[in-house]
Amino acid sequence: MNQWKNFTKGFFKDNPVFVMLLGMCPTLGVTSSAVNGLGMGLATTFVLVMSNIVVALVKDFIPDKVRIPAFIVIIASFVTIVEMVMQAYIPALFEALGLFIPLIVVNCLVLGRAEAFASKNAVGSSIIDGLGMGLGFSMALTMLGAIRELLGSGKIFGFSLFAESYGMLIFVLAPGAFIALGYLTAFINKVRKT
Amino acid sequence: MGKKASTLPNMAITLVIITMIAGGSLGYIYKLTSGPIAVAKEQKQQEAIRLVVPEFDNNPAQEMYKIAADGGDSLNVFPAKKDGINVGVAIESVSHKGFSGDVKIMVGILPDGTISNYAVLEHKETPGLGTKMVTWFKPSDDAEAGASGNAFANWLFGIKSDSGGGNTSIVGVDPTETNLTVSKDGGDIDAITAATISSRAFLDAVQKAWATYNKNADAYSSATTKSNDAQEGGAQ
Repeated sequence: MNQWKNFTKGFFKDNPVFVMLLGMCPTLGVTSSAVNGLGMGLATTFVLVMSNIVVALVKDFIPDKVRIPAFIVIIASFVTIVEMVMQAYIPALFEALGLFIPLIVVNCLVLGRAEAFASKNAVGSSIIDGLGMGLGFSMALTMLGAIRELLGSGKIFGFSLFAESYGMLIFVLAPGAFIALGYLTAFINKVRKT
Repeated sequence: MGKKASTLPNMAITLVIITMIAGGSLGYIYKLTSGPIAVAKEQKQQEAIRLVVPEFDNNPAQEMYKIAADGGDSLNVFPAKKDGINVGVAIESVSHKGFSGDVKIMVGILPDGTISNYAVLEHKETPGLGTKMVTWFKPSDDAEAGASGNAFANWLFGIKSDSGGGNTSIVGVDPTETNLTVSKDGGDIDAITAATISSRAFLDAVQKAWATYNKNADAYSSATTKSNDAQEGGAQ
């Protein structure tokens, strides 16, 4: 039961995007379509789980004063691995996400979980925490991407619902990301409290 | 088990070990993925060549040669031939004026000097804006089919796709007659909505390819006249 709570807190109670407001840079940057949001979310989930595992394993060997640089090196390594593997095997997604993949390194969600959770807990709970947080992040990005894609270009996951010229360009642009994120956050928090 | 004390040797050794492991594993993954990455890039190049020039039966990648362009770059030129006759060239061109990073494109030029088609190879432009260059500069039919495929929706609502209007196509254009710059700069091509910088970079790359093609054409024709002269001289 405890582990189940540990897993589900990332979706609703402590959702990284809507509640903790972490990782705003990729959240606003790549969510111009639902597929991009999902791809970015899954890439981040992988990095999050792997870095949580490694941080939980090595936490006792790292002196306190250098823990942040050590964590960052671990995270950066996994991000680079994701980047190379994606470029080799799913080049289409790599092109769509472009320069946001290297930026996973500076996603404060990843470092935040390493620092706040993995460095204090055992490997098992860290994996579950990483999975829950990562999938909650993916869910948030996919929702945001779907809304922006629908309002901006009349499509969801690439399927056309209405003509693209009826779309509001602003939702494809950065301001649309802020507007959609603001309303979504307000809505989720309203639901969360009731 | 208590935490290690934060003494200088402890900290230094820990960081050295971590960075060494990280470096080693990255090197290993790089070795594993560098092959597939190269294959994926080559495939994309082949597809791009096939897309931008008419049907050919030689291997343009093998007959590839480099030509120096203005600004210190050298562009790769892929001649396409069918039964030994030139049917066009594909020129891989690059512009450094992109909104973020370089814009790499493949431009196909027919023997009569018109642009047959293009393909975007690599770019880091803003998703949803600059990324539209992939279809924006093609004729409206292609752009519609490639960009959205919402022909049914268009029919239903009786409207035209927004990429269809204006002078956005560079396909079939002869650069000697058309000014290949965005209309804001006094050119003949309409820029992508809200992505003028990306459009400028794209057209810059096209112009580079065209200039390179011209240099190449001069070299080619002068070479043939020379050999003709030599033959005539020999006959006399």
